Amino acid sequence: MNRSLAFLPVAAFLVLAVVMWRGLYLDSKELPSMLIDKPMPAFDKLTVDGQAVDNDSLPTEPFLLNVWGSYCLPCLIEHPTFMRLSESAEIPIVGVNYRDQKALALDWLEENGNPYAFSILDEPGRFGIDLGVYGAPETYLVDSKGVIRYRHVSVLDETVWRDVFEPAIAELRAQEAAQ
Amino acid sequence: MLPELGHFALILALCLCVLLGTFPLYGAATGNVRYMGLARPLVAGVFVFIGLAYVLLTYSFAIDDFSVTYIQQHSNTLLPFRYKLTAVWGGHEGSFLLWTFMLAGWMLAVAVFSRSMPIEFVARVLGVLGLLSVGYLLFMLATSNPFDRIVPLPPADGADLNSALQDFGFIVHPPTLYMGYVGFSVVFAFAMAALLSGRLDAAWARWCRPWANVAWSILTIGIALGSWWAYYELGWGGWWAWDPVENPPLITWLFGTALIHSLAVTEKRGIFKSWTVMLAILAFAGSLLGTFITRSGLLTSVHAFATDPERGVFILAILTLSVGGALLLFAVRAPLLRGRFGFGILSREMLLLVNNLILVVSAASVFLGTLFPMVYQALTDDLISIGPPYFNAIFVPLMALLVLVLGVGPISRWKKTSGRYLTTQLLWVGALSLALGIALPLAVTLEFGLGPTLTVALASWIVLSSIKDAKNKLGNKKTLMAGLRALPLSYYGMQLAHLGVATMVVGAALTSVYSTEKSVLLGPGERMDLGGYEFEFIGAKPITGPNFRGMEATLEVYRGDELLRELHPERRLYLASGTPSTEMAIDAGFWRDLFVTLGEEKGASAWSMTIYVKPFVRWVWLGAIFMCLGGIVAAGDKRYRRALDKQAAQKQTASIAPLEPAEGVS
Repeated sequence: MNRSLAFLPVAAFLVLAVVMWRGLYLDSKELPSMLIDKPMPAFDKLTVDGQAVDNDSLPTEPFLLNVWGSYCLPCLIEHPTFMRLSESAEIPIVGVNYRDQKALALDWLEENGNPYAFSILDEPGRFGIDLGVYGAPETYLVDSKGVIRYRHVSVLDETVWRDVFEPAIAELRAQEAAQ
Repeated sequence: MLPELGHFALILALCLCVLLGTFPLYGAATGNVRYMGLARPLVAGVFVFIGLAYVLLTYSFAIDDFSVTYIQQHSNTLLPFRYKLTAVWGGHEGSFLLWTFMLAGWMLAVAVFSRSMPIEFVARVLGVLGLLSVGYLLFMLATSNPFDRIVPLPPADGADLNSALQDFGFIVHPPTLYMGYVGFSVVFAFAMAALLSGRLDAAWARWCRPWANVAWSILTIGIALGSWWAYYELGWGGWWAWDPVENPPLITWLFGTALIHSLAVTEKRGIFKSWTVMLAILAFAGSLLGTFITRSGLLTSVHAFATDPERGVFILAILTLSVGGALLLFAVRAPLLRGRFGFGILSREMLLLVNNLILVVSAASVFLGTLFPMVYQALTDDLISIGPPYFNAIFVPLMALLVLVLGVGPISRWKKTSGRYLTTQLLWVGALSLALGIALPLAVTLEFGLGPTLTVALASWIVLSSIKDAKNKLGNKKTLMAGLRALPLSYYGMQLAHLGVATMVVGAALTSVYSTEKSVLLGPGERMDLGGYEFEFIGAKPITGPNFRGMEATLEVYRGDELLRELHPERRLYLASGTPSTEMAIDAGFWRDLFVTLGEEKGASAWSMTIYVKPFVRWVWLGAIFMCLGGIVAAGDKRYRRALDKQAAQKQTASIAPLEPAEGVS
């Protein structure tokens, strides 16, 4: 066997290791929403407390669309942030109660507080599929025309709020004010 | 207190592993027998402390100590006791502890069952395993400590074990898979020890073979258990999904399969030495890659643990150091090893080489398909997914080719086989296989299909050529019994494993061709037909379990007018986590499975449900069982033990006898 040839495997492996190392820092969670810059899917559903809502019920200013469920532990972690945002009226929040049960969802809101303008009841998860949801929690930033502008998978805590959402919302509001 | 003791035991184990990874290796390099002798006692210590940590974590699960973060996340007071004990491997931290414990177990086994290998060799094997354990334990202590506490206020109850994991499959699949996976670390350590010593001779291959066989057998059964579990628990009616996390075990298995064949050549003929070592490294790399993918969040998958790039970097570092280091050692040492024997174009060596090439190409294409989406994303920022069509298109023809070679391999001879000999041996076997392939499916289904014909022909090809080979081996013996007794165990093992391949080929191919399924909405008393069976929906009633509530439906299955049995699919809601889950009802049979999944209630007590009839699906796992047994039987061949005794005898008389090639087996 040629001596230099013997180093081929180790060289190939090192290239692969570098690619995998790069791969670690690719956030596969941020990218695959097909709906970025597309309008929210049409819906005509009930809220958890039984009111009929459709696309016209959405706020006419930028708002957050938060996917949650009473079974979802990480939702409890981000919940205080949403409570604070709603109490200080910083931005309206619409909930999507994803693959949950109505009674459990109501109990959960009772127990932990309700930061949502309303929560769309999505027991079968159909609306979640239209949105392209992986699982709760997920949060979307939607503009005043109902177009999805940003998607965040997993917990939205104070750090994510400060680092990601606050600047994004400021930018979005500035854009809309300029129009 | 107990969790802290467990944490401390892990730290002690780490210290012992550091000693194990240095002194015996140094001793082996300098010929210091005292340092080499430290290897076995140190391994015993490592096993005791990792075992202690494992037992303490299990005990903390058993007594519901929710002040431990890991237990709070993966258990619940209502969880049935057997799942409390197995919830230990229900998440990243605990399953990694199990992984490390398995490695300690393998190390102990090597320490105990290596009495007649030379001490330098044992010291090197255990030293390399010690270094690996250092990496694993550091990783666990630094990023994934299962004993971390929730301070200051421990919660009253836990979040419950993922409902998909509350199942028998979860009790058996992960430990078996890990045991097989980790077994390839032992094979890797043997290869490293041989490289370090610079003596890659037939003796090395002979010591390694039983370990490789056992690791391969356990991995085979571990993968099969996972497939069986996914089949009945996830309820999508398939048994293999080419999920990014299913693939690394398969890659490891393919390399491992190539390795156990290549080891045979190295042992018998003293060639393929570098190649065998390379395969040992690749199989081990496959096993580490599996860990890396599952635990780093590199790829999105149903198996993924909570993800954390920090962990990913750590495992990647272990991967780079061990595999990169091994490949570097290989590059430095391997060119010195040259085969002593040439062999003909038609010879068993050549056929085994072809076997190896097919297996390695298969492994490489599965690897590419698994990692390509990530590489693509790294280069273009676009997300793509590579699905079953890619894998099937590449994998199925390669396996068909492999099966063709498999029929010829055992019947051919070492060094040189004449084409005429093979033709006379196999002409009738081939013709008969083809005839069976055309006739059998036609006779049963009254339809001609290319898929079933090729499948049955290939399976018959394996079975008939094995029979022919056995007949040749027995033909020149006086009586059948004498002939059967004279054949070594490893021959029986090989035949059994090859029979397993035939069985699996039939199962995998025919179930994909002949399966039927139908989604229907049935009210009480309504019937439907599928695949020659009639299903009558009787009704659904509520049920309560220890930690769930749900609905259970009753269906009666008829064949003609005869009632075959009742099926009871369920829908459950797990109370602590609020997750719904469906429990399939399966009527398992040798020739077919009947399989019902319950959907949702729609309107007046009518339920949606999906019904499957899946012929031959059991054969897939039956094949894996045959392969596993074959591997274990072959590992029990007395040749390995006898060779060790001879080694010991050699040492005493200090005479070097030439190694005689053992009789006729791969």
